Amino acid sequence: MKIGALALQGDFREHLAMIRSLGVEGIEVRTEEELDRIDGLIIPGGESTAIGRLAAIYGLIEPLRDKINDGLPVLGTCAGMIFLASATLRHEQPQLEVLDVVVERNAFGRQIDSFEAAMAVAGFDDPVHAVFIRAPWIHKVGADVDVLASVEDLESGELRPVFVRQGRILATSFHPELTADTRIHEMLMEVS
Amino acid sequence: MNTSSSERGTDLVKRGLAEMLKGGVIMDVVNVEQARIAEAAGAVAVMALERVPADIRAHGGVARMADPSIVEQIVDAVSIPVMAKSRIGHFVEAQVLESLGVDYIDESEVLTPVDDNHIDKWNFTVPFVCGAKDLGEALRRIGEGAAMIRTKGEPGTGNVVEAVKHMRMMNKQIRRLTVLDENELMAAAKELRAPYMLVKEVAETGDLPVVNFAAGGIATPSDAALMMQLGCDGVFVGSGIFKSGDPAVRARAIVEATTFYKDASKIAKVSRNLGEAMVGINVDTLAPEDRMQDRGL
Repeated sequence: MKIGALALQGDFREHLAMIRSLGVEGIEVRTEEELDRIDGLIIPGGESTAIGRLAAIYGLIEPLRDKINDGLPVLGTCAGMIFLASATLRHEQPQLEVLDVVVERNAFGRQIDSFEAAMAVAGFDDPVHAVFIRAPWIHKVGADVDVLASVEDLESGELRPVFVRQGRILATSFHPELTADTRIHEMLMEVS
Repeated sequence: MNTSSSERGTDLVKRGLAEMLKGGVIMDVVNVEQARIAEAAGAVAVMALERVPADIRAHGGVARMADPSIVEQIVDAVSIPVMAKSRIGHFVEAQVLESLGVDYIDESEVLTPVDDNHIDKWNFTVPFVCGAKDLGEALRRIGEGAAMIRTKGEPGTGNVVEAVKHMRMMNKQIRRLTVLDENELMAAAKELRAPYMLVKEVAETGDLPVVNFAAGGIATPSDAALMMQLGCDGVFVGSGIFKSGDPAVRARAIVEATTFYKDASKIAKVSRNLGEAMVGINVDTLAPEDRMQDRGL
């Protein structure tokens, strides 16, 4: 098995270190040829506008979309979640539109509102230590999307999904790659 | 989950934002129009300033934090992180910038220092980036709470020579620590004038504990790729973009060269027809008092 991390910008090295710690080969993906060689993909944290724009000018949007729609397993964290989503509230930017959710960017506020906290996840015995950095949340989920974890929007009192699964697509608002917890990466291995 | 039970301003959260900026370009901007050009070009963050370093150099006098209205307008205009500079040691400027909602503060030698003591950065929720010429300086800043480091280079010159020197020095000093015997580390800490615990950590990991960007004199796509190949995590471009002939095109080219820094044919492609680069200054011709890198050691 070979897992690729989209290496246009962001913390792809941390994801690859985590993949390799699980004894799986991890490679950087910047081209369509590299995309053809992998069994699973990670779209890292970073700036979603920068990642989207680089993917667009280097002709990666269509190949990525086709591969994921054909069943390539994928995990997107933070910017990766935004890039996978079908739309973004109040922003127009290049997106893959493969995950049936509308995301809200910087949903918790600016950097001073970034935080870490223990969070329960459906199907996990112990909570994950979730690190949210200028993080998005999901504003609206489609019918085929399972919500695995949510946070409470303190303004509206509504629950906002921060970890979802749609078939072989996994997406988190937070950064498991910044912790030592490999459970979410192992979920990607299981479907790859 | 109730997010009020959470912790803000932790090391992980502060250093984590810098992790997300890696492989990207942070651009100096002085108004909303430039900030939008930078965002559209794929910048991962902007640095909100009143004047870019080349103009600070030309203007002379005391350089201070930007007018809050400029910072606020830029914060409102873009969706990417906004950084802003405070003077070295001026913790009230930093408090003001934090209150404006900036995402990172650059305690910067580009502005006129006010104190031999740097800001106690542990006291803030907002993270700080600081410049360094060598490993000792980097570890002193991290010891004061910096969550990100950048080379100082020589800002506002369009000449990358000093950034190269600082990056090579840091790499060399880190490599040296990794081959020292454990009982040689205290003497090494003394020599570096750096906190022992941080010296020990670098000796064990062979890496800085925080992200390290290149800054100071980067003016072309090749300059950015050079710094990336030398091992930095990303680049700041100060005067190099908006002091050039065609900022939007140059900004995009530098972003692409930073991503594809090992691919010479792609760097060649984006380097074509960029128009006039900023006029450079030979660092040797600078008077000692004009060398910004020697401020705040």
